[in-house]
Amino acid sequence: MSRNVILRIATKVLCPNIFLFALYVQFHGDYGPGGGFQAGVIMAAGFVLYALVYGLERTQGVFPPLWGHVSMASGAFLYAGVGVVTLLLGGNFLDYNALAVDHHDGQHWGIFTVELGVLLTVFGAMISIFYAFAGRRGLD
Amino acid sequence: MILTEFVDIALLALLAITGLALLKIRDLVAVVMLGGIYSLLCAGLFLVMDAPDVAITEAAVGVGIATVLLVGALTLIEREERPSQHSRALPLVVVLFTGAMLTYGILDVPPFGEADNPVQEHVTPRYLEEQEEEIGVENVVTAVLASYRGYDTLGETTVIFAAGIGVLLLLSGRKERRAGSEEDAS
Repeated sequence: MSRNVILRIATKVLCPNIFLFALYVQFHGDYGPGGGFQAGVIMAAGFVLYALVYGLERTQGVFPPLWGHVSMASGAFLYAGVGVVTLLLGGNFLDYNALAVDHHDGQHWGIFTVELGVLLTVFGAMISIFYAFAGRRGLD
Repeated sequence: MILTEFVDIALLALLAITGLALLKIRDLVAVVMLGGIYSLLCAGLFLVMDAPDVAITEAAVGVGIATVLLVGALTLIEREERPSQHSRALPLVVVLFTGAMLTYGILDVPPFGEADNPVQEHVTPRYLEEQEEEIGVENVVTAVLASYRGYDTLGETTVIFAAGIGVLLLLSGRKERRAGSEEDAS
């Protein structure tokens, strides 16, 4: 852990804002620039910043490596799952129109869910790769 | 209009300066930081070219994550780059040849942002005109990415998933083995 008080306090102030911004980029992706990919990377960057200042051990206490693996796998599963659900509902693979009566609603639900899948996979992959690199000879 | 051109020239000039500095500097930490700056300048250029989605990605991946991963890699190796023992003639020829070919290719590229460019005439008009009715999402980029091109994005997500698994298999396994062998040695 860094002994530098300024760095530690600045990180404490920045981290929640980075997470909030990641969620904004995720859920505002329908209206402005952004989406699952960008949000996942920003979210992972928040944890990376925390790990650089407070050390890998403390970060893995907050967010265990296993969660990253689960997030990575469940994101891809969720995305492909939407495709299977649309198939079962009588549409084509990833044809979101089948998800709701009104096709605009269906598209919204489909895009929302697959973007969530992208977020989970990108975030999980980024944080897992970071843990794997940093764990070889700690960044602490 | 003049302002955009000024910003373009300033960003490209800084990009060239950063590239030259990357060649000269031997301190690897500084090289990694300059790499991050290079990415940030690219993100700025993407923003000027009206591609905020790409700019955010470049800023987050190129500046943030890539820099951190390279710094992580630096903790495993020396800080100074060793001067190369090989002759510089061959790399120079390769670079000059590639540069010449790229410049030759650029001559055929239509001017940036023209209305009758091939990129504006293929599927783009259809996406822009029908998106409102078919998808109903404000951001057309999101509509194309997640709905029209849903298969592609599923593929990209799978690639990222596979990359994550690959890195985990390569790095996590070896660490345990090495920890074991160190114990044996002591």
